Amino acid sequence: MLLIACPNCGKRPETEFRCGGQAHIARPADPMTVDDGGWSEHLFVRANPKGVHAERWCHIHGCGRWFNALRDTISDRFIETYPIGEQPKSGVKPGTILGTSSATQSEARA
Amino acid sequence: MLETRYRAARALPLGAASRPATAGSGVSVRPAGAEARFSLRARLAAGAAPKLAGLALDAPINTVGTDGETWIARLGPDEWLVGGPEADADLLQGRIHEALAGLPHSLVDVSHRNVGIDVSGRQAAAVLNAGCPLDLSEAAFPPGSATRTLLGKAEIVLIRATAAPLYRVECWRSFSTYVHGFLNEAVFGVEGSAAH
Repeated sequence: MLLIACPNCGKRPETEFRCGGQAHIARPADPMTVDDGGWSEHLFVRANPKGVHAERWCHIHGCGRWFNALRDTISDRFIETYPIGEQPKSGVKPGTILGTSSATQSEARA
Repeated sequence: MLETRYRAARALPLGAASRPATAGSGVSVRPAGAEARFSLRARLAAGAAPKLAGLALDAPINTVGTDGETWIARLGPDEWLVGGPEADADLLQGRIHEALAGLPHSLVDVSHRNVGIDVSGRQAAAVLNAGCPLDLSEAAFPPGSATRTLLGKAEIVLIRATAAPLYRVECWRSFSTYVHGFLNEAVFGVEGSAAH
C-alpha cells in the first residue's frame, strides 16, 4: 500500500487520506477589480499536469489536518509533504517531468 | 436527575455478551462496558502545558496517557479524546473546564456516540491488521500509542495504553456491530492459520 507522510503523524496508509485538489491557489487580494473571466479562472480552472503536481491532502481518518504535497502524477510517487502555508523545500517545480532518477525514489518528509 | 436516569438507562449496542475465547486461541474480542468520553478541542498556546487529572495535554500527537482510570489520547494538534469511568462523567467534565480556565476550548460529551471493544491476547495485532493497514509492530506502535485510523470500512480510534497486548478499539455506535463482527471474523482467520 502507498504510504503518505503526514506532517503530523508520519507515514500512514493512503486510505486514511483524501485529496483536495490543486494547492497554492490564492484568492484575489482585491476581489472588486476581478472581472467575471478572472473569477471563473480562479474558481474553476485547475492545472492537470503530467509530472510533478502540488496538491492539498487531508489526513481525514487520522489527525484530520490538511497539508500540501508534491506528487508525481506519472509514477504516483510523493516527492514531499509540507504543512499548509509553507512552500516546498525539495526545490522540485510543479509541472516538471521527472525521470527515473533517485530524486523520485525517496520521499522526503517535511 | 433526568441526566442520571438517562445515563442509567443507557443500553450498549453490543450488549454484555461476548464471544468466549476458545482454548488455545491467542486472542479475545470483548465489548467494553459503558464509559464516559469527551471530545476536547483547544488550541494550545506555545509553552503552555495544562494538565488534566495529572496527565499532560501537550504530549506528542498520537499518544495516550493514563492514570489507570482516566485516559487522554491526543489525536491531532488540537484534538483529544478523553475517557474515564462512567460514574465520574460530571466530575471529569468539571475538572477539564477547571484545568482549561481562560483557554478557549470545546468539550463535547461523546460517551453515547462511542463504543469500546477490547482486543487482547498474543494475536491481537494480527486480528486488527485484518482490517487496519497500520503497522502495529512494537517499534511503530509502542505502548502509549493512540491514533484515529480505519478498520475495514469504519473509522476507529485505536488505543494501546499499556505494554500488555491489549488494544482498545473505539468506534462510533452505529459502526459497532460492523466493527465487532469484523473483528470476530478476523479471529476465525487468525485461529485458522494457527491451526494449520
